[in-house]
Amino acid sequence: MEIIGSRRKSFLSPASDAAPTIPIYRSAPELEVRLEDFELYAVHRLRVLKGISDALSRGKKPNEMENVVKELLKVHMSHPEASQVMSKDIISHFVLRLVYCREEELRKWFLSMETTLFRYRFLLETSEAQIALMAEFDLPYKIITNAEYENLKDKLNKVARSMNSSADTIYYKAPFEKVPDLVARREVFIMKGYAYVARSQVVSLLVTHYRSHLSKALILTNRKWTSMIREQEKDRLTPIVEALSTSYLGPDYSQPKDFGEISLRDIDQIARSSFPLCMRYLFEKIKEDHHLKHGGRMQLGLFLKGVGLKLDDALAFWKSEFSKKVGAERFDKEYAYGIRHNYGKEGKRTDYTPYSCQKIISSTPGVGDHHGCPYRHLREENLRAALNNMGVANRALEDVMDKVRNKHYQLACTLTFEAVHGASCDQGINHPNQYYSDSKTILESRNNSKGT
Amino acid sequence: MVREEAENTREDMVIDGVENGHKPNYEIPDEFNSNYLKTYYDKFFPFAEMFKWMSYGNDRKHPGCDASYFGRREFSFTLENDIYMRFQSFNKAEELEKAIKYQCPFKIDIGPVYSVDPKKRNSYAQSGDNVFRPVERELVFDIDISDYDDVRFCCKGADVCSACWPLMTVAIKIIDTALREDFGFNHILWVYSGRRGVHCWVCDGKARWLDDGQRAAIVNYLHIHKGNEHSIKKVTLVGQTFHPFMGRSAEVVKEFFEEKFVLNQNLFSDEDRYEKILEMIPDESITSELRGKWQDKKRSRDDINVVRWGQLKHLLQSGKQKMLGVRRCVEEIMFTFTYPRLDLEVSKHMNHLLKAPFCIHPKTGRVCVPFDPKHCEDFDPSSVPTLSRLLEELNMRPLGSGGEINLENTSLGESYRYFKSSFLQPLLKSCKEDIENAHAAKVQQSSNSLSW
Repeated sequence: MEIIGSRRKSFLSPASDAAPTIPIYRSAPELEVRLEDFELYAVHRLRVLKGISDALSRGKKPNEMENVVKELLKVHMSHPEASQVMSKDIISHFVLRLVYCREEELRKWFLSMETTLFRYRFLLETSEAQIALMAEFDLPYKIITNAEYENLKDKLNKVARSMNSSADTIYYKAPFEKVPDLVARREVFIMKGYAYVARSQVVSLLVTHYRSHLSKALILTNRKWTSMIREQEKDRLTPIVEALSTSYLGPDYSQPKDFGEISLRDIDQIARSSFPLCMRYLFEKIKEDHHLKHGGRMQLGLFLKGVGLKLDDALAFWKSEFSKKVGAERFDKEYAYGIRHNYGKEGKRTDYTPYSCQKIISSTPGVGDHHGCPYRHLREENLRAALNNMGVANRALEDVMDKVRNKHYQLACTLTFEAVHGASCDQGINHPNQYYSDSKTILESRNNSKGT
Repeated sequence: MVREEAENTREDMVIDGVENGHKPNYEIPDEFNSNYLKTYYDKFFPFAEMFKWMSYGNDRKHPGCDASYFGRREFSFTLENDIYMRFQSFNKAEELEKAIKYQCPFKIDIGPVYSVDPKKRNSYAQSGDNVFRPVERELVFDIDISDYDDVRFCCKGADVCSACWPLMTVAIKIIDTALREDFGFNHILWVYSGRRGVHCWVCDGKARWLDDGQRAAIVNYLHIHKGNEHSIKKVTLVGQTFHPFMGRSAEVVKEFFEEKFVLNQNLFSDEDRYEKILEMIPDESITSELRGKWQDKKRSRDDINVVRWGQLKHLLQSGKQKMLGVRRCVEEIMFTFTYPRLDLEVSKHMNHLLKAPFCIHPKTGRVCVPFDPKHCEDFDPSSVPTLSRLLEELNMRPLGSGGEINLENTSLGESYRYFKSSFLQPLLKSCKEDIENAHAAKVQQSSNSLSW
């Protein structure tokens, strides 16, 4: 890809003049791009990826996601000249590879969003386009013969009916690990290590390959970036690339900045005033049971870290609760290590980031667990009681429960926030630490205006 | 418990040189202490076989072997006083043996094979290319009977009896069949965990190379229970038919539930217990009808649990019931009680440690013995050899027969033979083939590239 000065217009080379379809970004294109388009196109694509991320956090279902993606592409990825749409698509993808290849967390996010984007774009395509795309991928999997199909027909139909969908007649045989999402949801028949993937499910196979290819490409891009490009481009592209990643990802709350430290003394009070329900619930459970299972310890522990609780205070807090149940000695032996681990002081010393709503909502608490999103996992009566305790009642409570029934858990939390604080929260809740910092902001500004 | 062991000598056990009638007192007073453990490691622990297993054919006898392989495996020791030593690694069998005999660990855990020797992990980066990370790890499962505490009434917590142990048998049958028939794995080792559960080690190459996401997919395929202590009914089955895996598992579940479990647990003879079941039925008219019938306390010839379960089924599955949700309730109840409950986190992560087979459980003194899943119904945890029994057998050997013990002639004989011939031998044969094939392919490839 060649970056050119502003006076020349960029143009598409004749080879990519094919019928409109999805590019699969196998290699950097033979295109020229103007410097200002370099950044602009990337920003537009980033809006699409961020939109996908938000939609997923709000728990949008697959059929809704198709529309979400369609809209996002229409709004952000179009171009006045029809012939330039494909260029913009390709260029923006490769620019974002540069931006997001540089760290593991960035790579994970980019990989996840681009794969989701690919999946729904594929599903939006016509049958012919899908077949053409499949050919482009050149997958090594064969369609099963008629004889094989007759043998397995019964079982294949059972699988289809178990999903309340109609049976297919064309099936691909692929190793089961190539379609992990289908296996996880038992949406595919597997036998002796092979999955029998219906024609209508082929997107899962493609997604696995797309993901795997992009993942390797990102590692290679990172190598090239660190060894060559960053230095070479330090006066031109590098500042743009570095600015792009920080401007659009939400803060990850790994380094609590604004509120400094909180001390143990304050915890009870701030839990009541500023914790979101998920953390309040865990906090109350640990006060009650003097114990939390691993999932709860992670969710609450990392949240407290993000809120500004220092390691020593964290150890003191957990110890004071746990010793009431298991004794101080056992705490030191079995649990202290885990807390230090969360703060990056043990093991591979990763400084873990507090969980976002998306992560919490998608967790699977089991028997004896109290983590996860209470809007999703609590029974109605328990949830109502918990919200009452927070001071949410009557009309506001019913609005929250209505959101819960429709599975809009983050919107439910947002409404709770608004009811508790008597203030609106326009951007919605995406992260428990965001709830906390927004709460502190409001409470502090009220204190300040009272004080003077 | 110890006294029982001395009397229940197994008929098929061969002990050199003991004549009937001449029995000095060889009884060992305690179940477990560190001196006994030292003798166990000196005389009984099968170091050679464990080393062979963990080497997976890399015994340096073939040019295709990886000499660094065994040395990259993590072991961890838990010593007396809960001192925990992680990231232990050894380059040779003798080193492993020496370390265990010297440290006398109360528990030995096995972790993954890492990219480099775990002892050198701090010299490697956390990101970029030269990373310290797990590269191979068996697919493992951990099933613990205390996870069934909310559905068993005979025992709680660490206790196990002949009424509830069969829950493990159901779990083993369902999971073992799925691993072999659906996923195509062959080299599977089931091990008694020493007190209240079982572990499963899937050792095929394909299993060892699965990444965390693929492991999560397998676990989700097998996992049914959703919800926690606040949900009444933990299993919701949707779809017009069962996925073939579910259908197959439903038969195992049903047979056990109807023929043994309702009786052993007296599910319907106690009002508190049957109320729990009635709560799972979404139709008030049915539950009040059943409640009415059962207040009656009519005597009948057949077991009351069987009769009442029959009445419940009849009402729920009668032709009058139009709603699928009501008909499905019968299966949902059976699944809630007896379907396998896995510890998801153990299986999902490559870096999770799991206790080594042939360890001794410090609380029970029992050996963590491998057993044949095909005969899991005959497995009786109370007849598993204990440390003290093994030492008694040692003491009963005639004077002068010092030196090596042949495990085959002890009460560990059956498990040991099974481990060697049914698990280890076929596994090593398969590993050798893989190594030879991989090597041959590599040689072929390089000789091809030489011919320019």
